[in-house]
Amino acid sequence: MQITLTINNKLVTWDVEKDEFLADTLRAHGLLSVKKACETSCCGLCTVWMDEKSVLSCTILSIRANGKKITTIEGVPREAEEFARVLTAEGSEQCGFCSPGFIMNVLAMKNELVNPSEEEIIHYLTGNLCRCTGYMGQLRAVKTFLGVGQV
Amino acid sequence: MKRVGHSIRKIDGLMIATGKPVYTADLAMKNALVVKVLRSPHAFAKIVSMDTTGAEKLEGVECILTYKDVPNGRFTLAGQSYPEPSPYDRLILDEIVRYVGDEVAIIAAVDEKTALQAMKKIKVEYEVWEPVLDFEQALGHASVVHPEEDLYCNFDIGLQKDRNVASSSKEEVGDVEEEFARCSVVVEDVYYPQAQAHAMMETYRAFTYLDHTGRLVVVSSTQVPFHIKRQLARALQIPATKVRVIKPRIGGGFGGKQTGSVEVFAGIVTLKTGKPAIIIYDRKETFSCTTSRHAMRLKVRVGANQDGIIRAIDIEALSATGAYGEHAATVLSCVGHYTLPLYNKTKAVRFTGNAVYTNKMPAGAFRGYGATQGTFALESTVNKLAEKLGLDPTEVRLKNISKVGETYLTGQGVLLGSSSLERCIEKGKELIGWKEKFPCRNIGNNKVRAVGMAITMQGSGIANIGTASVELRLNDDGYFTLLSGATDMGTGCDTILTQMAAEILEVPMENIVFNAGDTDTSPYDPGSYASSTTYLAGTAVVKAAEELKQKIMDQGAKFLGVSSQDVEMNGLVVRTFRGQEISLAKIAELTVLGTGKLQLVSYVTHGSEISPPPYVAGFAEVEVDQETGKVELIDYVAVVDCGTVINPNLARIQVEGGIAQGIGMALYEEVTYNERGKMATNSFMQYKIPCRKDVGKVRVAFEESFEPSGPFGAKSIGEVVANTPPPAIVHAVYNAVGVRINHLPITPEKIYMGMQKL
Repeated sequence: MQITLTINNKLVTWDVEKDEFLADTLRAHGLLSVKKACETSCCGLCTVWMDEKSVLSCTILSIRANGKKITTIEGVPREAEEFARVLTAEGSEQCGFCSPGFIMNVLAMKNELVNPSEEEIIHYLTGNLCRCTGYMGQLRAVKTFLGVGQV
Repeated sequence: MKRVGHSIRKIDGLMIATGKPVYTADLAMKNALVVKVLRSPHAFAKIVSMDTTGAEKLEGVECILTYKDVPNGRFTLAGQSYPEPSPYDRLILDEIVRYVGDEVAIIAAVDEKTALQAMKKIKVEYEVWEPVLDFEQALGHASVVHPEEDLYCNFDIGLQKDRNVASSSKEEVGDVEEEFARCSVVVEDVYYPQAQAHAMMETYRAFTYLDHTGRLVVVSSTQVPFHIKRQLARALQIPATKVRVIKPRIGGGFGGKQTGSVEVFAGIVTLKTGKPAIIIYDRKETFSCTTSRHAMRLKVRVGANQDGIIRAIDIEALSATGAYGEHAATVLSCVGHYTLPLYNKTKAVRFTGNAVYTNKMPAGAFRGYGATQGTFALESTVNKLAEKLGLDPTEVRLKNISKVGETYLTGQGVLLGSSSLERCIEKGKELIGWKEKFPCRNIGNNKVRAVGMAITMQGSGIANIGTASVELRLNDDGYFTLLSGATDMGTGCDTILTQMAAEILEVPMENIVFNAGDTDTSPYDPGSYASSTTYLAGTAVVKAAEELKQKIMDQGAKFLGVSSQDVEMNGLVVRTFRGQEISLAKIAELTVLGTGKLQLVSYVTHGSEISPPPYVAGFAEVEVDQETGKVELIDYVAVVDCGTVINPNLARIQVEGGIAQGIGMALYEEVTYNERGKMATNSFMQYKIPCRKDVGKVRVAFEESFEPSGPFGAKSIGEVVANTPPPAIVHAVYNAVGVRINHLPITPEKIYMGMQKL
């Protein structure tokens, strides 16, 4: 079936299977920043924005994106790089595989929360798993990025 | 120093963080066949008959392979230096299946849907056998997991297949029993460190194709490209020159990708069909059809004088290697190898152990590699000893640890070249507030806070086995290329090796192109494991850079018409002391091009006769709810001696990440099976790795030492950091409520039930 949606500010019409998930559709169309790592909505790696809100694209049927506005990290290069510079200055991207989804959620948080406390930051990002860093460096980077003080 | 010792961003950091297509699956050809594997539903069975005709008829199915279609020579998937100390007990597909998830048939089709459809149409009849599910019952079990005649070991690792023993190990110095008889205090206990899943974010994957000369190219998310090349050549029965392995960026490994879990399945499809093929394990397969940390039973005895001097240590291990023996022998021996040298006032030490086959998923390499399990058992026992003697456990460590310039019983006379462990312990005590907090404080509301501690060591590379080769070139444009076989898996070794080269050459890092991870072009390196890269590849880089620098100066001096003693290399020029100079670009031009005919290159292979230990002192503070047994990790302090810290931020992240994995092992993670041997924890819904709410606060400090045999004084850091949390947190829980958890992980149920028995 066909769906029409906005991908990174471009209107597209795509053919998708009825049982196809958004993460697979995005990857099939070359948006390779979108990673999958769990298939059970647990890890947060596939995070993209649907109408500016973070969603897990590995468990959203592509047909549900019909008429929606989808944003991947490819669609916010300036903001993504701005935070990636802070993240990598801490060394807390490590393997980098979880970073695109994590960055999308950090940017969503920045848009949503005003002056979040450490507890609020951790709560907001808790669905983004990372096996490399132990999270401390990510927290330092987020706090630096938001200008809310250091750990 | 301008580069070394500085927190320089990883050279690949921005690209990987912003999602550029640089991982295995991103690079695969779109027309690659999708490879899926039909797996055994039984823990132990023999395939009686298979019917693949229905599946083969399906449009889009390219090939279906069964054990009758694949080469029949046994091999190991363990990525180790040849001759591998792991038994050759695998076939690509076998008539006998040895665990739930073992491979039965390989399916290749034009897309995933078709492959999965085909899988459903394959009919298999099994003769189901009685499985060996309890590793404590494996020794001498009526069922023999590997009855085959052609089971092979490169050398004696103590394999006794009829008794299900994959390997046995013994190391003894002095008379342990005699020494125990002389001790005024002897404590002992039995410990069960559990199987742990690596749970790297990028699951196992590889894609394969034939190049323009018909060679098999394997692009794989692996820690060990050269070992995969050798392993595939053996398994597929083709010459090693016909295989090329390329490692792109890797989404984590932690030792998991030191075992070749997937490459052979894609490889054989490409060989059979001539077409590109890709295999991507989903999370369920990654959990249940690859490897985990070895579950073990460890019996430990420690004997001491009344003053706390440890005289004798005895460790007896039983290690569960599962259905195949990848890393069985070496993980087993490392239990003793990386624990016994901690305390060197001993008069006698002994390590004995067996690794046994069972009908569960194989165990394999996992960050810590036996040291993790051994540290949990030994350190828990030393904490118990301290209590029995009425001594502060930190004092017991300080009295007994090996110091610089000393030897230890199992060390064959090698002197310890560096250690700041004493300072690590002192610093850790200060940071956690040991004096005020040990052992516990009641904070009201039925809650108790307590602290605990442990120390650990690892190695840096494998002495006399591990090597690293690097090549450094001055290119035609005056820039450098550093070729290495090191295998960055997110750890940052590409960056720190470049830092080291830049430090010696005194050029900007941007002037050095780092190239690695391709068995066709990279110099040999065993790969990213055994805490090797900084120490071994780092030293190779230092030597190569020094050699090339000298060559450049010699050549520059020649062009300037002076002797080598009269020049220095400074910045991007070679300069005489009187101010004449020639740029590297000009030297490069004159040597590489035209009449020069001598590109300046250095090549170094480095190995070490020793494996200097890095150390960590770990301190945990927990809060336990006495009504429910709920335990919360309040604070974790790790003080690390990795020698010189090459890149403080990258080192810190290594520590924080390793501690978090250790916290997971201590409190949350466990690979479990149902009564039929099927894995129960095959998704992140059941298998809980720590999320950012579970790790509390992890604080890291470095106490640098200087290792004379390491690059700039550096030792390793990658593995040692995983080891302290289980014993330190167990200790803290004991100090809180008096319950000693010897079966990991610590859970509220175990604490609560334990409290009822007090």
